[in-house]
Amino acid sequence: MNEELIIAGFGGQGVLSMGMTLAYAGMVEDKQVAWIPSYGPEMRGGTANCTVIVSDTRVSSPIISSYDTAIVLNQPSLEKFESRVKPGGTLIYESNNILNPPTRKDINIYAIPATVEANKIGNAKTMNMIILGAFLSKTPLVSVNSIMEGLKKVLPERHHNLLPVNEKALKRGMELLK
Amino acid sequence: METTREGIVCNNLDQMDVVFERTKVLHDTPTSYCPGCGHSVAHRLIMEVIDELGILENTIGVAPVGCSVFAYHFMNVDMQQAAHGRATAVATGIKRVLPDKIVFTYQGDGDLAAIGTAETIHTINRGEKIVIIFINNGIYGMTGGQMAPTTLEGDVTSTTPQGRNTLIQGHAIKITEMAAIMDGAYYVTRQAVNSAIAVRKCKKAIKQAFQNQIDGKNGTNFVEIVSNCPSGWKMTPIEANRKIDEEVIKYYPLGDLKTPPKGA
Amino acid sequence: MGKKLLMKGNEALAEAAIRAGVKGYFGYPITPQSELLEYMATNLDARGGVFLQAESEVAAINMVYGASGTGTRVMTSTSSPGFSLMQEGISYMACAELPCLLVNVVRGGPGLGTIQPSQGDYFQAVKGGGHGDYKLIVLAPNSVQEMADLVYLGFDLADKYRIPTLILSDGALGQMMESVEFPEYNVEEHLVDHSSWTTIGRENGREQHYITSLHLLSEKMEEINIHLQDKYKIIQKNETRFESIQTEDADILIVAFGLSSRSSQKALELAREQGLKVGMLRPITLFPFPTDEIKHLAQIVKGILVVEMNAGQMVEDVHLSVGNNIPIDFYGRMGGMIPQPDEIVEKIKDLSKQVKI
Repeated sequence: MNEELIIAGFGGQGVLSMGMTLAYAGMVEDKQVAWIPSYGPEMRGGTANCTVIVSDTRVSSPIISSYDTAIVLNQPSLEKFESRVKPGGTLIYESNNILNPPTRKDINIYAIPATVEANKIGNAKTMNMIILGAFLSKTPLVSVNSIMEGLKKVLPERHHNLLPVNEKALKRGMELLK
Repeated sequence: METTREGIVCNNLDQMDVVFERTKVLHDTPTSYCPGCGHSVAHRLIMEVIDELGILENTIGVAPVGCSVFAYHFMNVDMQQAAHGRATAVATGIKRVLPDKIVFTYQGDGDLAAIGTAETIHTINRGEKIVIIFINNGIYGMTGGQMAPTTLEGDVTSTTPQGRNTLIQGHAIKITEMAAIMDGAYYVTRQAVNSAIAVRKCKKAIKQAFQNQIDGKNGTNFVEIVSNCPSGWKMTPIEANRKIDEEVIKYYPLGDLKTPPKGA
Repeated sequence: MGKKLLMKGNEALAEAAIRAGVKGYFGYPITPQSELLEYMATNLDARGGVFLQAESEVAAINMVYGASGTGTRVMTSTSSPGFSLMQEGISYMACAELPCLLVNVVRGGPGLGTIQPSQGDYFQAVKGGGHGDYKLIVLAPNSVQEMADLVYLGFDLADKYRIPTLILSDGALGQMMESVEFPEYNVEEHLVDHSSWTTIGRENGREQHYITSLHLLSEKMEEINIHLQDKYKIIQKNETRFESIQTEDADILIVAFGLSSRSSQKALELAREQGLKVGMLRPITLFPFPTDEIKHLAQIVKGILVVEMNAGQMVEDVHLSVGNNIPIDFYGRMGGMIPQPDEIVEKIKDLSKQVKI
């Protein structure tokens, strides 16, 4: 197993932490992982993306040209990364933030209204966990338990009271793509 | 004792009382300083202080670029030669990893008050517990007599051939006054070595500065020594020492600029 | 080995330095190495060392000079513009033979440039960097694990040869996260006795020690230079390190270091999937450079492709190693851009055609 994915969106959407959580979860399961961020010019409000690789074997390069999965949370990211999904790969996008949906026919495309769902749960910041849940339901890279272990590392301890709502969001995301 | 063309010859030294002895903390070698230069006196005073305070075995000196770049050939203490202007940074590195050692720098005016201004200011601002000896002779001696940051208005140097014009070259910098207003400074004083009485006072100040460091006083000890440069000033040593009294200390008055509050 | 941790490269490097017994860290903030500085600020004092934020990189390197002169394990870290500012001090340290660990988390230049990763400081790192004839030992990690491992090696080599040792990293290696395990390392067993030259005061009235890089007599200064050059020859003989990947049957040899060796390794895999026999030689020490190994491989392969994140710097050393006996191609991206694996594959194909594979 070797999954190479890009997660992209606006700064502040939880792009980097989603990727980091996934990387931690991979490590919890003793897989080889890499996480590499790339910022736009502005740290907040600009585009942010990160590459995550989870693999059973040594990760040759954190720098990759094409992806097994792209998770995109805004329009500029979709335009940048749709073409770079490998044929037969997966593209998951946040449909509340994207007006012009993807058009490729040779990849699996899933639209997730994660912003609306997160608001239903009562915490808009869990949008990224809903998307992550949706991804895991199609690509079961790691277990929910491992994700929660990862989230414990990513969330500062003073925010650990938010772990249950994040778990709820993760599971909601999984249901959405069942 | 008889007087010959070579000087005074003593035939009965062992029968005489020793009233003055050169400190062993100075190397027994001629210095490279010009005749009449204040560096030699300043060297002797610091080494005598180290001797008298009994701190030779844990003192480290730092001498950067300037006439005193070879200070380690004259001062018989452990020393580091530093890049131009960086003596207080080097001293900071030493003192921070070995806080129980006694560390001092010996810097000229070009070094401390021009190229090394940032290091000087920030070292004092951090209150590094070291002694900074600042030799102010108003000229770049080592490179042949160019304008220093402390060259007085009107003084002729090889780079101010018409005399220092404050409209063009700015003013003689008062860095010791700057040192004194900083909270990190513990003791700031300006002394001279152009007369016997000045030399005695200067030694007392140097001793106080080192004693403060030995006592672990919280802050930097800064001793400016107004000195001469007969070669650079193109004067005899006597004329140069007279200039200090008549001109230099009018602009750079002697005395303590910052002393610790009583009991501090 | 200890527990597996997921860490940023900069943090792994800082943690390894503390475990390697660093007692003084002097630095100045600059992106993209500030995590390293901040990690030291948070952890070093509590673990028996001294952290100090200097007023400039110029001051920082001179603090390192002073502290190193006491025989203490010391280091600094910076990124490209800051490393330029340190060059004078590094030259002094090279001449005075003061050991220390330097870290340059390289960003794209010239000038203020960009905060994105680059290898544009290769020349500065391996050819001296400041004034005068001198070398640093230069180590080039290509993973978060090596960001840690090469710290231990760096301190050991610095102490062994009394030489400033440089870890040449880049913005991406500093910022990316991978798993890392810190090896067992007993600091006491690795410390070298420097007491014959350190300046810590004339204990028990011993002879004066002084540290200097000034020797006005030409004869003496030449003697010092000859001594340094002899030392560099010994280092070349004993300390060259590299990694060979699938070179046994290779027609095309990629030579790449640091982050670009990771892109290149991916390209190697992609090219092999397409039936092209590609191997890679990755220098781990940039000085000493693995000249002999490249010379040896040049007799086996049909063409060499050098991949760098600059306009072509290490490629000159590859040319110096093998002369004109074999086609040498170059692919580089600049200004913070990273060579992508598919771009490298295209270059491999071009070169294959050129050498008629």
